[in-house]
Amino acid sequence: MSARPVPAWSLPPGDAPAVEAPGPWRDAVTREWAIGASRGAVDVCIVDSGIESGHPLVGPVASARAVARGEDGSVQIVEDDLGDVVGHGTACAGIVRSLAPDCRLHSVRVLGAGNSGAGDLILAGLRHAIDAGHRVINLSLSTTKRRFAEELHELADDAYFKGTVIVASAHNLPVDSYPWRFSSVISVGSHERPDPLTWYANPDPPVELFAHGVDVEVAWLGGGTLRCTGNSFAAPHVAGISALVLAKHPELTPYQVKTVLRLTATNTEGTP
Amino acid sequence: MSDEQRAAAAGVLGGDEETYRGLLQSIVDVARAIFDAEASSVFLYDEDADELVFEAVSGQGGDTLVGTRFPSSTGIAGFALVTRQPLVVDDLSNDPRFSRDRAASTGYVPNSIVASPLLHDERALGVLSVLDRNAERPFGVAELELLSRFSTQAAIGLDLLLRARRARSALAGEGSAALVARVASLLDQDEGDEGVRLLEALERVLASRRT
Repeated sequence: MSARPVPAWSLPPGDAPAVEAPGPWRDAVTREWAIGASRGAVDVCIVDSGIESGHPLVGPVASARAVARGEDGSVQIVEDDLGDVVGHGTACAGIVRSLAPDCRLHSVRVLGAGNSGAGDLILAGLRHAIDAGHRVINLSLSTTKRRFAEELHELADDAYFKGTVIVASAHNLPVDSYPWRFSSVISVGSHERPDPLTWYANPDPPVELFAHGVDVEVAWLGGGTLRCTGNSFAAPHVAGISALVLAKHPELTPYQVKTVLRLTATNTEGTP
Repeated sequence: MSDEQRAAAAGVLGGDEETYRGLLQSIVDVARAIFDAEASSVFLYDEDADELVFEAVSGQGGDTLVGTRFPSSTGIAGFALVTRQPLVVDDLSNDPRFSRDRAASTGYVPNSIVASPLLHDERALGVLSVLDRNAERPFGVAELELLSRFSTQAAIGLDLLLRARRARSALAGEGSAALVARVASLLDQDEGDEGVRLLEALERVLASRRT
């Protein structure tokens, strides 16, 4: 357990404190500027439990891979025809689709079907998603194992320099976990407002943004829906919004996307 | 033996498993009461078997479920474990696969689950779950915060339980640790001071050899 203070994982009820932004930036970078006419489909990858392709709230899945352990213990990337084995990845995919209907969804399954979240499998899945060149990766999971932190850090930096935005759900508990703490990713906690387009910039990082994560209606297995709460469901909201921003402004780098999200946050001065 | 010596011997032995089981039971009882829920459970993650094991149960299934196992990589509790994230899922009756699996393993099909991983240092020791909380009351950020605090308590309880079990198994094992544990156990039952005096003499001999 960390001895240093850890910030709250979610935004308490009530309005978030206002975040200041330089006047000229605030005037230029508005939501109207950030989101709008698409200049092409953005590739969004869900690194999770798989995605149920064809779910009414998800639609087509452009590619599906799984991380598997070979008989000799080696980690392999294989074609995935299992779909989703839990529902969690489908839930994340449905949230992204609801916000960015024109995106291309990809799945890398690192959890479920016997994969109990081993750090090396998560690393391999994330590495595959980065190498594939997807512009946005949603990672609604984390590892507490410190021995994986360094490699995860390098992977997050690789993604940052290659132009891939990693959106990671912040941890909900007062423990150190990764990769959401890294500044090269966008970390997301939950707020209670039932609005997918309300997001707050946190004046007190490392959690950088708060998005809709309480009582979210999500896609689940068998074409159905459930209501879920957790930072796992806040992160895909920011992944979807990032995809919208990149659809209109494909030239933006991850740090520019993060800046846009901060400048257009609901609690940033000047946001209508 | 003095109280201090007894405490030291108990420390070597890792404490009393029943006490820690009582702590976990109290945690699930209180969690169930606070959330006005039908049931609450603490699961231990058995890393070798890759399974979750019911360690403490309050409410539905309390009499029969302790010791029951299921694979860790499936189900909502398992997912909280592998993602290391608390998770609230409602309307589970919409997921027939879940209902079928759950009914087969426990005989009780909840409509809502709150599951929180039990993290201690960098390890995920298990999961705390609350089933069918009072649906009339909202479950938001403050409630998750409360559950997280309970999870921290439960994680410490599980850690103590595991230490106690390891110490007990050391009694039956080989090597110097097992020997020390066995001696501590015998001292704990010894009415006289002969054993302690013998150990004090041994301590002096060992200390003099190191100087």
